Amino acid sequence: MNVSYRWLNEYIDLSGIEPAKLAEMMTRGGIEIDSVPSRNQGVSKVVVGLVKTREKHPDADKLSVCTVDAGTGEELQIVCGAPNVAAGLKVPVALVGAELPGGLKIKRAKLRGVESQGMLCSARELGINDKLLPKEQQEGLYILPADSEIGADILDVLALDDSILELDLTPNRSDCLSMLGVAYEASALTGRPLRLPDPSKDLYASTDKTSDHVQVTISAKELCSHYSARFIKGVKIGPSPLWMQNRLIAAGIRPISNIVDITNYVMLEYGQPLHAFDAAKVAGGRIDVRLAREGETLVTLDGQERKLEPHMLLITDAEKPIALAGVMGGLNSEVTNDTVDIILESARFDGGSVRRTSRQLGLRSEASARFEKEVDPGRVREALDRAAGLMGKYADGVVSEGVVETIVSEAKPSVITLSLEKINRFLGTSLSSLEVKTIWSRLGFEAAETENDVWQVTVPTRRGGVHLDVDLIEEVARLHGYDEIPTTPIEGPTTTGSLTKPQAIRRDLRGLLTGSGLYEAINYSVTSPQAAGLFPDLNGADDGCKPIPLAMPMSEERSVLRTVLLPSLLEAAAYNQSRKNNDVALFEIANVYHSKEAPLTGLPKEKPRLALLLTGNRTAPAWNRAAEKVDFYDAKGILEAVFERLGVSGKIAYEAAQPEHFHPGRTAALTLATENGRETIGYVGQIHPDLQREFDLGDVYAAELELAPLYAEADGDIAYRPLPRYPAVERDLAVVVGREVPGEALASAIRSAAGELLESVRVFDVYTGERLGADKKSVALALVYRHSDRTLTDEEVTASHERALAELEQSFGAELRK
Amino acid sequence: MRDKLEGLRREALEQLGGVADPGQLNELRVQYLGKKGQLTEVLRGMGALSAEERPVIGQIANEVRAAIEAVIAEKQEAFDRAETARRLQAETIDVTLPGKSRGEGTIHPLTKVTQEIEDIFLGMGYRIAEGPEVETDFFNFEALNLPKNHPARDMQDSFYLTEEILLRTHTSPVQIRAMRAANGQTPLKVICPGKVYRRDDDDATHSFMFHQIEGIVVGPNIRMSDLKGTLLQFVQAMYGPQTQIRLRPSFFPFTEPSAEVDVTCAQCGGHGCRMCKHTGWIEILGCGMVHPKVLEYGGYDPKEVTGFAFGMGVERIALLKYGVDDIRHFYNNDLRFLGQFARM
Repeated sequence: MNVSYRWLNEYIDLSGIEPAKLAEMMTRGGIEIDSVPSRNQGVSKVVVGLVKTREKHPDADKLSVCTVDAGTGEELQIVCGAPNVAAGLKVPVALVGAELPGGLKIKRAKLRGVESQGMLCSARELGINDKLLPKEQQEGLYILPADSEIGADILDVLALDDSILELDLTPNRSDCLSMLGVAYEASALTGRPLRLPDPSKDLYASTDKTSDHVQVTISAKELCSHYSARFIKGVKIGPSPLWMQNRLIAAGIRPISNIVDITNYVMLEYGQPLHAFDAAKVAGGRIDVRLAREGETLVTLDGQERKLEPHMLLITDAEKPIALAGVMGGLNSEVTNDTVDIILESARFDGGSVRRTSRQLGLRSEASARFEKEVDPGRVREALDRAAGLMGKYADGVVSEGVVETIVSEAKPSVITLSLEKINRFLGTSLSSLEVKTIWSRLGFEAAETENDVWQVTVPTRRGGVHLDVDLIEEVARLHGYDEIPTTPIEGPTTTGSLTKPQAIRRDLRGLLTGSGLYEAINYSVTSPQAAGLFPDLNGADDGCKPIPLAMPMSEERSVLRTVLLPSLLEAAAYNQSRKNNDVALFEIANVYHSKEAPLTGLPKEKPRLALLLTGNRTAPAWNRAAEKVDFYDAKGILEAVFERLGVSGKIAYEAAQPEHFHPGRTAALTLATENGRETIGYVGQIHPDLQREFDLGDVYAAELELAPLYAEADGDIAYRPLPRYPAVERDLAVVVGREVPGEALASAIRSAAGELLESVRVFDVYTGERLGADKKSVALALVYRHSDRTLTDEEVTASHERALAELEQSFGAELRK
Repeated sequence: MRDKLEGLRREALEQLGGVADPGQLNELRVQYLGKKGQLTEVLRGMGALSAEERPVIGQIANEVRAAIEAVIAEKQEAFDRAETARRLQAETIDVTLPGKSRGEGTIHPLTKVTQEIEDIFLGMGYRIAEGPEVETDFFNFEALNLPKNHPARDMQDSFYLTEEILLRTHTSPVQIRAMRAANGQTPLKVICPGKVYRRDDDDATHSFMFHQIEGIVVGPNIRMSDLKGTLLQFVQAMYGPQTQIRLRPSFFPFTEPSAEVDVTCAQCGGHGCRMCKHTGWIEILGCGMVHPKVLEYGGYDPKEVTGFAFGMGVERIALLKYGVDDIRHFYNNDLRFLGQFARM
C-alpha cells in the first residue's frame, strides 16, 4: 500500500510530523515502511502554460515552434519535439531557470536555429510514473485539464509536493490497506484526533428508488456474507478530477474514467473494493451471487475468456455471469463511454474463495488482495454511499434512494475481557491502569471497566485480526513501545543443555574428518531423477524404494528428493576441477529420503548418512615432497579412524564387493556386527571408471555409509588397561601366497593359530614381482608376542610362531619366504 | 729442580699460546703431561730430594701441572666451540621454505555458525531438538495456526510432495514435535536447527534451500521480558557485550505478540554504515510469545503456561558475519570458498 502523506493529512492533522518521522513512528509501531520517496523528483520552476500557436519548425520535420502563455506576462517561444503538441492545450512548461529530475537545467537555447525559451514537459520528464497514464500521454506531453490555471506551479497542480509512505504490511494488518485504516493507526500513534468523511450527507436529490431498478439475492451464502447495491442514474462518463487522478497515480493506480476512478478511489480510502456495472447490461436488474456451473465461461474485462470451475464465485444477472466476484468484472457489463446508469456493488466475499480463484486464474488485483484478507464488514455500506456520493458530484449522476442489499450474517465486533494483571504478567511490565486506558482510547477501542482494572474491550470490526486476549496485549505492547518492555532472566528451575548421542557423534566426526584433510560440503536435498537413480545399492532401489518426486518442481534438476549422497559429491568434485581445484577431498553428513510408497501416504524414511570423496593428489606437491595420488587406502584409512573413534572397529569388516557404479575390483562392503547379525552399512571404493568419465573426473575414491546403526553401536566408554610390565618379543613372518588371498585372512588365521601369547599382528609389506610368478604375492607380517606376568622364553615364542606358519601353510598353501 | 719446573711451565705456556689446531694441542698434551712427558720425567727425579724439599717441590710440580692443564682445557674448549659452530653452520636450512602441512579441511561455514549458536544456547540450558525435513501439512502449517487458505501461507511458498506432505518451510514444526514429546512437562527449553525449503528463485540473497535455527521456551510464567532478556544474552554472546537489540512489532501466525529483532550493526557499532544501510541496525531474528493455539497443539494448556519462540536464518547470519556477498557460495562447495573458514 502506497500512502500519500498529503492525502493522509485530510483525515488527521500531521503538522509538525514530517513524513520520515511518521514513517519511523509507524515502523516502530508495527507497520513497516520500506521507504518514503518524495513525489517531487527534483522539479522546480515548472508551471501550467497554454499553447497558443503551434507551427512546424522551418528546418526540422519532427520539431514544432510554439508560442506559450505561461503567466509570465510575455509570450514565450518554445521549440517542442512532442508529437501530441497542439494549440489550445494546457501543458507543463519548464521556464528558463527551471530544474527537472536528473539535474537537467533549462536554459535559453537555439534549436536548429530557432530560439526556445523553455521546455514543454511530458509526465516522465517530471519524474512521474507515466505507465499509469494513457498511451498518447506517455509518448508526448502531459496534457493538463482545460480548467487548469495558467501560471500555477505544477507541483501544486499535480500534487507533487508530497511524499509516499510505502507500507510493507503483514497479513494481520490488512486494515491498513485503506487510507482510513492508516489514519486510525496514525491517530493511535500520535494521539491526534481523526477527521472522518461522512458519506451519508447530500446523497439523495431524487425520489427514485434503488429497489425499482435492482434486486439482490445471494445463493452462495457461505461465500458472500453481505452484498449491497446502489443505482446511479444518468452519469456522464469523462475524466475524473485531476486531484483524484493525482491521488490514484500516487497510489500506483491508473486513472481511467470518473466512474472507475471513483470505485478505485473509494477502495483506497475505505479498503472496500467496489464494482460498477453498466445497468443497461444487467439483465432484469437482478443480481445473484452464486457458484459457477460446470462448463460456464466468462470473458473478463481484460478480454480473456475464462473457463469457470464450480468452486468459483460469480455475480450473475437474470441470464448470465457478469463478474468473477471480487476478482474481475465481465466484459459484458463493463462501463463504457456510452454508459448512462450504473449499478454499484459493494460486497463482502469469502477471502479464501477469492484467493483460490484469483490464484488459479492468475488474476491478482488491488481488489482481490483486499478481499483475500477479509474486508471490514462495517464499511461495506459506508463505502458504497461514499462512492455513490462522489459519482453524483463528479459524474453528474443522480443517486437513487436507498440501498438494496442482502446480509447473510451481521458483523459483530469482538468483545474481549482482559485484566491489567494479565497484561503485566504476560509482558513483564508494570503498566498502570491509566496507561492502559489511554491506549484503549488512542486505538479507538471501547473499553468498559467491569471490575477494578479489568476491561471488557470491544474491538471495532475494522480490526478483524484482533480477537484474542493476546491480540489485545500485543496492541498494548506496541503502543506502549516494545523498547519499554524490560529485559529479565527466565525464572524457575535451571536446565542442563546437552547434546544427544547422535548430535555429539556428528560433531566429533566433523572434527575428525576435517582433521583428516576433508572439507565439509552441503548439497541440495533435491536433485535430478538421473542422479537419484545412481548407486542402486545405496539409493534404496534394492529395498524397492523409488525417488520421491516434488509435485511441482521448479526444474528437472531439482525434481526429486536425494536418495544417495555420492552423486552430489561427484558433481561438487567436477565443479571444483573445472575451476582448477584439482585435489578434492569432501565429506557430507546429510539425510537421504527413502520410501516404498508412490505416491506417499506417510512421511518417508530420512536416513542420516556420511559420504566422502577423494580425488587428485593426497597433498599438493611441494619442494620436499612429490605429488602422490590418493588411492583406496586413503579412503579406507579415514573410515578406520571413524570407526576407531566410535569404538566400533572390532565390529566392522571390509569385504570385497561389486556394487553397481563402483570399480568391481576396488570396492569393499562395510559390514557392522549388531545384535541382529552382520549388517551392510555402506561401501568404500573407487567409482566405476565409466561413471568417473560421465562426471569428467579421474580416479575417484569414495564411501557412503548409514549413520543410524553406528549411532546405536557407538561406544565411547573408556576403560584403562594397565601398561605392560614385561618386554615384548617381535618376530616377522614373510610368506608367499596366491594373489587372491586377502591379507586380513592371513592375519586372522595367525591370530587364531598363534595362541594367547600373540599380542598383535599386522601386514607391513606386500610384494609382487616376476620372480614370484604372476599369481603369487609375498606378504610380510609383523607379530608381537607378550606375556603380562613374565618375560617370554625363546622356546615358547618359537612354538607359537611355528604354529602360525603351519596354519598359513595348511590353509593358504603359504610358503615361508627366505 | 725448582728452576727446571718453572722453566717447563714457561716453555709449555709459550708453546700452548701458539697452538693452532686440536691435533697440535694433543701433541703438546702428550709432550708435557703424557706418561713419558716432560713433567713426568722431571718428577721422576723427586726421589732424590730430601724429606724437607719433597713436599715443597711436590707442590710446585702440582701447580705447574694445573697451570698447563688449565690452558689446555681452555684451548680445547675453544676448539670444541669452533668445531660445533662449524657443524651448525654447515647444517643450516632455509627456514622460510614452507612446512610439511597435514593439510586439514574445514567444517562448512553454515555448520560453523550453527555450532556457535548451538553452543551459546547449550550454555543457557537448552537442548537441541531435531525433526523430519519432509513434514505433514499439519505440523508445518495447521498446528502453527496456519489453517488451509490462510493468507499468511503466501509468506512461505512451499514444495509439496503430495497434498498433505511437503518439504518443511521452516523449523517451527519441530517446536510442535518438541512440545508434544515433552508431554506437558515444563520448563521446555529447546532449539531446533535444520534445513528448510521454500519455492524461491535463487539469487544472491535467496536460496530455495536454507537453514534455520528456532528456539522455544515454555513454562508456567514465561514473559515477553524474558524473551527480550534471552535474546539480549544470546546476541551479546554472539556479537560481543556492547551489542544491543531492538524489537519491532511484526506478525507471525504462530506467535502473538510478534516481533522482528534488530541488533546493533557489528560493522559500525551502530553509527551507521553501508552494511546496515545507515540505520545502525541489522535485522536478524523473528520472535514472539507462543500463540495460545500453538501451545494447545503442543499439548499445553494456555491458561496454565506461556512461552516464547524465536527463529533466525543461518545463511543470513553467516553472510553478515563473514561478509559473504552471494548466498549461492554456500552450496557450490568450491574449495577456494570452504578453505576460507579454517580459523577457530
